[in-house]
Amino acid sequence: MKIAAFLPKLGDKLHKTAYEAITAAHQVQALIGGDVVGLAIDVDQQQLERTAHYGLTRLIVAEHPLLANTYSPSAFAKVLHQLASSQGIDILILPNITYGKELGPRVAVTFEAGYIADVIGIESQNGELIFRKPVYAGKAIIAAQLKTAKKVFTIRPNIFTAKAAETAASLNIETFTPELSEADFREKRLSITRSTGKLDVAEADIVVSGGRGLKAPENFKLIEELAEVLGAAVGASRAVVDAGWRPHSEQVGQTGKTISPNLYIAVGISGAVQHLAGMSSSKVIVAINKDKDAPIFQVADYGIVGDALDVLPRLTAKLKEVLHKS
Amino acid sequence: MNILVCVSRVPDTATKVKVADDGKSIATQNVKFILNPYDEFAVEEGLRLREQHGGSVTVLTVGGQESTDILRTALAMGADKAALIQLVNPDSYQVAVNIAQYARNHSFDLILFGRQSIDFDSFQVPPMVAQLLDLPCLTIVSQWSVTNGTVKAERDIEGGKEEFETALPLVASVQKGINEPRYPKLPDIIKAKSKPIETIEPVAVEPQLEILSMEIPQTERRHVILGDSDEDLEKLIQLLREEAKVI
Repeated sequence: MKIAAFLPKLGDKLHKTAYEAITAAHQVQALIGGDVVGLAIDVDQQQLERTAHYGLTRLIVAEHPLLANTYSPSAFAKVLHQLASSQGIDILILPNITYGKELGPRVAVTFEAGYIADVIGIESQNGELIFRKPVYAGKAIIAAQLKTAKKVFTIRPNIFTAKAAETAASLNIETFTPELSEADFREKRLSITRSTGKLDVAEADIVVSGGRGLKAPENFKLIEELAEVLGAAVGASRAVVDAGWRPHSEQVGQTGKTISPNLYIAVGISGAVQHLAGMSSSKVIVAINKDKDAPIFQVADYGIVGDALDVLPRLTAKLKEVLHKS
Repeated sequence: MNILVCVSRVPDTATKVKVADDGKSIATQNVKFILNPYDEFAVEEGLRLREQHGGSVTVLTVGGQESTDILRTALAMGADKAALIQLVNPDSYQVAVNIAQYARNHSFDLILFGRQSIDFDSFQVPPMVAQLLDLPCLTIVSQWSVTNGTVKAERDIEGGKEEFETALPLVASVQKGINEPRYPKLPDIIKAKSKPIETIEPVAVEPQLEILSMEIPQTERRHVILGDSDEDLEKLIQLLREEAKVI
């Protein structure tokens, strides 16, 4: 079995989910055997060498002048297909981030492989892989098989996490030159803007979200202050996004982002079923709400029954004290 | 401009999901099904582009006979034509193959989708259709301009934004924020009830995905509920540090 992990780059660095794809590939290897290889497109040597701390021993990087510092779904799908074909890959794993979500299905088509997205668990039965995947925004989870010989799947971020080992594996990096022309870049990227200093809810280890209980958009500064002390991203309920208090990119829930941070703090959010769907797979949940009967408390590990505007400044001040001491 | 908008029928977002007796699908009793919320943006965008450039909007879905209800919703919004490819419980690959075949038999400048269907949340069909038709594809578009066959689009990615330029014919999926979908007016809802819906035999293609079981996730939660005194807040911080070890 030839198992490949696609290692996406965002900005000039490997995205953190690249390491998670390696972890998932090693899980597949432990279940059904085989060799693991990393596949990358236009990533510099220094970045690639970090994967050795995640146990990767072999990596192929596609390099071509046309690929330098750009991204185009059509061209990247073509390159990834060539990379995977050159290695006779049976199983291709991509992170379920924007690039993985659009490259995975395309490569599955050209590769004649079955595809399943947003996997949170991998098992095996009689040598066949079984994938666990949330559906209905996490209200249910399915166990499913792909009936094709070749398989492509994406993994949900923050699930297949691993710590970098002190010692690096001995990593062999090879270069691959794809067949590529200007015409393959059917979508031309004009620009990429990285939001500086602002964490994305879908990426952060800790998320602090606010809802109607904040009473007014300007009170979100209390959420931002708490988030800053914790190094957290700011999230929002649908109600406050629809009211125009916060941008849609911060919305957590069924028609926003579905997230699984280590710690989720819901402030002034009652916990509509759509919101719960987006955050109930968080590892630890804290709810702050003045209504002790709010549904959010049913999914909370820890709850504070109190008014958000009164609790937040005190909580932030206390956390600042404690966290800065240690 | 001839526009195809592909839509899907999903349980209302307020649905409390229960597993059916077969152990691998959801119980549909008392579940309200709706036009996928993201597809409303796609239908609206199709209508706006038609209003600007002329042409027609066709809505298409792959599903059972019951899926005609969401096609009628799109017709009431203003779509010109509707088609149903009759295939019960298809997987996403079967949906993609069938949409691609329909598109090959017609001639569309633009094939539009909502960014994801909120049942399986796979984001999978638009890129698959693009690959099957060998067309360019932009996904999760939040803002764009379509002029003289040139498309300039913006979308959010993890921790940032990207801008692309591409050309028609194109496959694209759109995101909340691109427009404000119109509500169908009562006379249009009534008129839509008698509009014809073309029914099409599906392409014979095997599903790739076999669902073995479905379950409702049961996460054990600690349920420690405290008050709002200073002592309670200190207790919370202590629990987060020492019990949950997350800060």
